[in-house]
Amino acid sequence: MTEHLGRQIPDRLTSPLTRALKSWEALLLVVAVLIFIANSLASPYFLDPWNLSDASFNFTEKAMIAFAVALLIISGEIDLSVGSIIALSSTVMGLAMTAGAGTPVLVLLGLATGLACGAFNGLLVARFGLPSIVVTIGTMSLFRGISYIVLGDGAFTGYPASFGWFGQGYVFWVITVELVIFGFAAIIFGVLLHRTNFGRMVYAIGNNAVAARFSGIRVERVKFTLFLLTGLMSGIAAICLTSRLGSTRPSIAAGFELEVVTIVVLGGVSILGGSGSIIGVVLAAILMGLVTFGLGLMNVPGIVMSIIVGLLLIAVIALPRLWSMARR
Amino acid sequence: MQHAATPVLSLRGIVKTFPGVRALDGVQMDLHPGQVTALIGENGAGKSTIVKILTGIYRPDEGQILVDGTETHFPTAQAAGHAGVTAIHQETVLFDDMTVAENIFIGHAPRTRLGLIDRAAMQRRARDILTGIGADLNPAVRLRDLGIASKHLVAIARALSIDARVVIMDEPTAALSHKEIAELYDLVGKLKAQGKAILFISHKFDEIFRIADRWTVFRDGRFVGEGLMTAATEAELVRLMVGRSVDQIYPKRPARIGAPALTVAGYAHPTEFDDITFTLHEGEILGFYGLIGAGRSEVMQALFGITQPSKGATRIGEEVRVIRSTAQAVAAGIVYVPEDRGRQGAIKGLPIFQNVTLPSLKRTSRDGFLRLAQEFALTRDYTQRLDLRAASLDQDVGLLSGGNQQKVVIAKWLATRPRVIILDEPTKGIDIGSKAAVHDFMSELAAEGLAVIMVSSEIPEVLGMSDRVIVMRAGRIAAEFAGDQMTPENLVRAAVGIGDAA
Repeated sequence: MTEHLGRQIPDRLTSPLTRALKSWEALLLVVAVLIFIANSLASPYFLDPWNLSDASFNFTEKAMIAFAVALLIISGEIDLSVGSIIALSSTVMGLAMTAGAGTPVLVLLGLATGLACGAFNGLLVARFGLPSIVVTIGTMSLFRGISYIVLGDGAFTGYPASFGWFGQGYVFWVITVELVIFGFAAIIFGVLLHRTNFGRMVYAIGNNAVAARFSGIRVERVKFTLFLLTGLMSGIAAICLTSRLGSTRPSIAAGFELEVVTIVVLGGVSILGGSGSIIGVVLAAILMGLVTFGLGLMNVPGIVMSIIVGLLLIAVIALPRLWSMARR
Repeated sequence: MQHAATPVLSLRGIVKTFPGVRALDGVQMDLHPGQVTALIGENGAGKSTIVKILTGIYRPDEGQILVDGTETHFPTAQAAGHAGVTAIHQETVLFDDMTVAENIFIGHAPRTRLGLIDRAAMQRRARDILTGIGADLNPAVRLRDLGIASKHLVAIARALSIDARVVIMDEPTAALSHKEIAELYDLVGKLKAQGKAILFISHKFDEIFRIADRWTVFRDGRFVGEGLMTAATEAELVRLMVGRSVDQIYPKRPARIGAPALTVAGYAHPTEFDDITFTLHEGEILGFYGLIGAGRSEVMQALFGITQPSKGATRIGEEVRVIRSTAQAVAAGIVYVPEDRGRQGAIKGLPIFQNVTLPSLKRTSRDGFLRLAQEFALTRDYTQRLDLRAASLDQDVGLLSGGNQQKVVIAKWLATRPRVIILDEPTKGIDIGSKAAVHDFMSELAAEGLAVIMVSSEIPEVLGMSDRVIVMRAGRIAAEFAGDQMTPENLVRAAVGIGDAA
């Protein structure tokens, strides 16, 4: 087989290092560092470790979900029901809590509800071939609707003290439990996407689902798994958020889905599927957290903040497009 | 034939590079008014790139574009349009939900004094242009309701409406029937009579000899020659194209036919096919001939697990296997090289090596974790065997020419070490050089004991490559031929269903 029938083709032309330097992720890193510097100049309180630790709550819960949603978007699907999955998971935990369940049961129920919601989405998309954007807009109303029926204007409060550990606890010094979960999730999803056969299939499906199927890939199975993972991560986020707030209202995590998608897209994941990286999502989450926290320290009102985040998103997305137009 | 002194459009020393590839390396070309210039070259010779430069989609790195002898630049597609250059593409870009007239005049519709679109004038002028090219089409009809040939006429009318001086036709006959092709030839004649310069890109030699006045040959992004068709021979053009003479077109080797590799019994599908029964042996190339729509691809896709048969059984070797998904097919050793390369074959956006290893990941990975070194090694083995031309193995497969994409798809399947390989129109739309490589390789595989099914609509290919031929008609096996029985007449008669007693 090594006879010289064909010409030698090199494995790579550009080294991985050169690629990394020119990548979207490198640009995000630079922007994040600039914002960090700007923040520390703008406010004397910014560099305080406890402040920064508090600031991390701005993104940790959303970012956990964003990792799973990144994989979904790379595969060409989307899940807009993640905020509602949190609401439903939290409601189920609240019901169990009122029935006297302890922390381990609450956690298990939170995860199970997330998985069940993910399985429902996955079934409709992968098994019945419905478009995920429509399915998850539907389940977005459905899941949260159930919470509203259960709770009305009420709220579940009085979670056990030990349950508070997930959203309020510290592992050591200023490192919160949520930050640790975020870190682990980043590593697990990074390895899953970039270092496993499963991740390779996700990219293949996102670039051309038909050809992926024609290459012997079980496309439906992969997509179903991705919805399950998204449900699971939403369940974990529900546990953290409920624990942090110490209560469940039906409006919990409202609007999460858009912030999650913003983080994913800002992280360089193509909304059309097929490309993106977990490092990018990590950086985008941190960047978003820095921006909102920095603006908060400067007493910028919430409305203005969302305008700035929106502009930032458009600017960062437009940049590479302008760049390639100038180069052509 | 008039010989105009100055060409309408000339290219001189055009260079265009992409990362790692020199797509065009100092090419030249002249287009003369009232004449058809055929641009000939293998896939990857730079034909598509030159079209994109002429239409302002790419900008050349070096070189000149001369219009009437004056240097010009085409920074945008609009600029090319203003200079009178227009292209009719392989898959013509038109708008299905707009009317014929709107399609013709989109972007330059006649206006009323208020600046609104003057519909009456638009209809009238559209009708004039259509009549001028002998097209009997109603300008008010929506494009969706027209056939491909009529859509081509609309595209041509559009080209005329902007008063084009240079018309580029990029494989215009690829999707047309014989009758439609004849009509297209008439039209080319009319365009010539109007003094348009026509650049005609085609793989079909009969067509080039029929309508072209001049020829230009590119090879590997370089200009290799030009001249008048009257002085050209097919052999000479082929030699220029491939850089060597193609004496033996079908390199079929005598095969040693072995044990049955695949047995199909009573395969049926509610709408596509019925009662498909045949046996394929190791080392055999079994041809499947038939008219388009005879159900050949549908049978193959059912064997590969894309669709599910309603009845029937398959045996692979001695084992009965039920195939309900492509994953099961691959596991059973059946692989399929689809006809629709762009949509079903290559995964554009992924690098070459990831395309090749996709179905073999179980073998290159360990415990589900990727091992890139193994992937590159596997890819190197098979792409070298197929003589792939690429800048690097981590290059996006979408940047390769059609023939090279096909090689990647074939390499992908060979890397799985299959028992049965099904090739669906394996040489459709690829150039002579790549064609010969694919044929050569098929022979080699069969000689190594692989069982090969080749679906093809080209009679010379079917006859030249197959040990045995099955002809399908209307979803059923109409006839089977071997040895002396394999004649063009027998195949065609069986395919159209005349003289069953043949």
